[in-house]
Amino acid sequence: MKLDRRGGEPAPLHAPPGAGSRGASPLAVDLCGVRLPTPVLAASGCFGFGREMAGFVDLAGIGAVVTKSVSLEPRRGRPTPRVTETPSGMLNAIGLQNPGVEAFCAVDLPFLAEAGARVVASVVGRSADEFGRVAARLAAEPAVRLLEVNLSCPNVEHRGEVFATDPEAAAAVIRTVKSAAGVPVLAKLTADVTDLVAVARAVVDAGADGLTLINTLLGMAVDTKRRRPRLAAVTGGLSGPAIRPVAVRCVWQVATAMPGVPIVATGGVVTAEDAAEFLLVGATAVAVGTASFVDPRAVVEVADGLAGYLRAQGVATVGDLPALFKPGR
Amino acid sequence: MSGPVRERCQVLGQGRSGVYHTLTVAAPRVATASRAGQFLAVLPGTDHTFRLRRPFSVHRVGRSGGTPATVEFSFAVLGPGTQALAALREGEELDVLGPLGRPFRPPATPTACLLVGGGYGAAPLFLLSEELRARGCRVDLLTGAATAERLFKPAESAAVGDSLTITTDDGSAGRRGVVTDAMPALLASAGGTVVYACGPMAMLAAVARTAAAAGVACQVAVEEQMACGTGICFSCVVPLFDGAPGVTRMARTCIEGPVFDGAAVAWAELGLGELTP
Repeated sequence: MKLDRRGGEPAPLHAPPGAGSRGASPLAVDLCGVRLPTPVLAASGCFGFGREMAGFVDLAGIGAVVTKSVSLEPRRGRPTPRVTETPSGMLNAIGLQNPGVEAFCAVDLPFLAEAGARVVASVVGRSADEFGRVAARLAAEPAVRLLEVNLSCPNVEHRGEVFATDPEAAAAVIRTVKSAAGVPVLAKLTADVTDLVAVARAVVDAGADGLTLINTLLGMAVDTKRRRPRLAAVTGGLSGPAIRPVAVRCVWQVATAMPGVPIVATGGVVTAEDAAEFLLVGATAVAVGTASFVDPRAVVEVADGLAGYLRAQGVATVGDLPALFKPGR
Repeated sequence: MSGPVRERCQVLGQGRSGVYHTLTVAAPRVATASRAGQFLAVLPGTDHTFRLRRPFSVHRVGRSGGTPATVEFSFAVLGPGTQALAALREGEELDVLGPLGRPFRPPATPTACLLVGGGYGAAPLFLLSEELRARGCRVDLLTGAATAERLFKPAESAAVGDSLTITTDDGSAGRRGVVTDAMPALLASAGGTVVYACGPMAMLAAVARTAAAAGVACQVAVEEQMACGTGICFSCVVPLFDGAPGVTRMARTCIEGPVFDGAAVAWAELGLGELTP
């Protein structure tokens, strides 16, 4: 038996290598005014700073690289163990380890620019002011095409830093970032709220050009033999296929309530069919996260598979998909 | 040294020694590039469950007509991933990414080397010994475990180096005690100038301390929980002294390690004591 990356049967939708992933293809999309060759991005925190993947993937050929979140000062992150596998997914508590915005601009960004990658820089901060300072520094770099404002990392010391749990706090950060940065801004939100649409409305009203849905879900796992949490940080963010139905629901809810707002969907995308689910319910693009840990070429393979899906469905372009979705029976 | 590749490998066989399994897979590209201390990220399971890769150090490289053709790695069954690996039979396929990480660095000139392994941490020392002996080095192998059944391949270990010393915590095989009890005498008798070690972190801390006390260089291959093996998840970090004195930074073991200078790891930060007591 042949193994695919899910360890099962061969992927049913497999386009010839490279098919549809370059040139004026049915996969090209416009994301907040930025033209991308495919709607499949590398998700923040799951692609390092891009350099690590350069031996596996042509960085210029993928939709965009969303960088690991960058903060004003370097961050060491959490103690180990930082990860544990869970059913159909994993928990992580990395704690936003990153070299800080100056080192990022001096070392990591030039590499991505040289490689021809379209860069979405992920911004994180402990206050609206800090977000604004990082955003201003990043937006001054021509290689940064978009900013993704990480309002929702669960691996922070205080829940108060998860700005996306409070519409007003989230809006305040977006207002500050928008006034500091002259590039389009995506607000990355969490599903760990009662009313996601309310948070989405608040950040769009504050100036967000688009949304990234969703971040990891706050979770916890216990080693029963050692009677301890499996993560040193006790709790962590759940990712992988386990959260995909939650993410699809979130994208559908927000896209339905706020038509026309660009959404980058992320949460457990492993195959082209997974990506198609999100595009059908209204996402403009998808970001592949945890799957890149298993298959370094997952971002490319999902895009190639999506081209095959469009052909099989007789759909001309990826942008046609939301209109073809049939809610109800 | 070429970069890592992903190969869908045919399983050639599965062996068993004590609590450890060893899988041999046909992987010519991985085998050709593999050096001791590097590891493979193996995707277990043939069901439809999403699983992460598991990291295992390269135990041995097999040749066919003089060309590297196969790799072996060893594991103990600890959870669903290693259960799935233990169930693999000859002829089945396995998805392998490797070789990953940086290997052990050989000494510049032939010298006496002490190789110290704890449990199945001894696995990469088999390949390391081959590399070192091919360079004219003397190799003394010291392996330890809690009990005899947790010793890694004790029967085959005798032929790995120029000498073999075994310790067990309970005395059920070899000398009663831990590997560091045996290190000073072995270093003194062979005139060893470099220690290579792989095993649990607490053992590595003690080995690094013993090597430092004896004034010999020490390279350790560390083990940390890992999700990707390719440097993108930032899970498998260890604190390293590097650069400014007394200042540590978190280094990814998958791409900067897993082999580190034993004196560079901030053992105290890991709760494993100071290098010099």
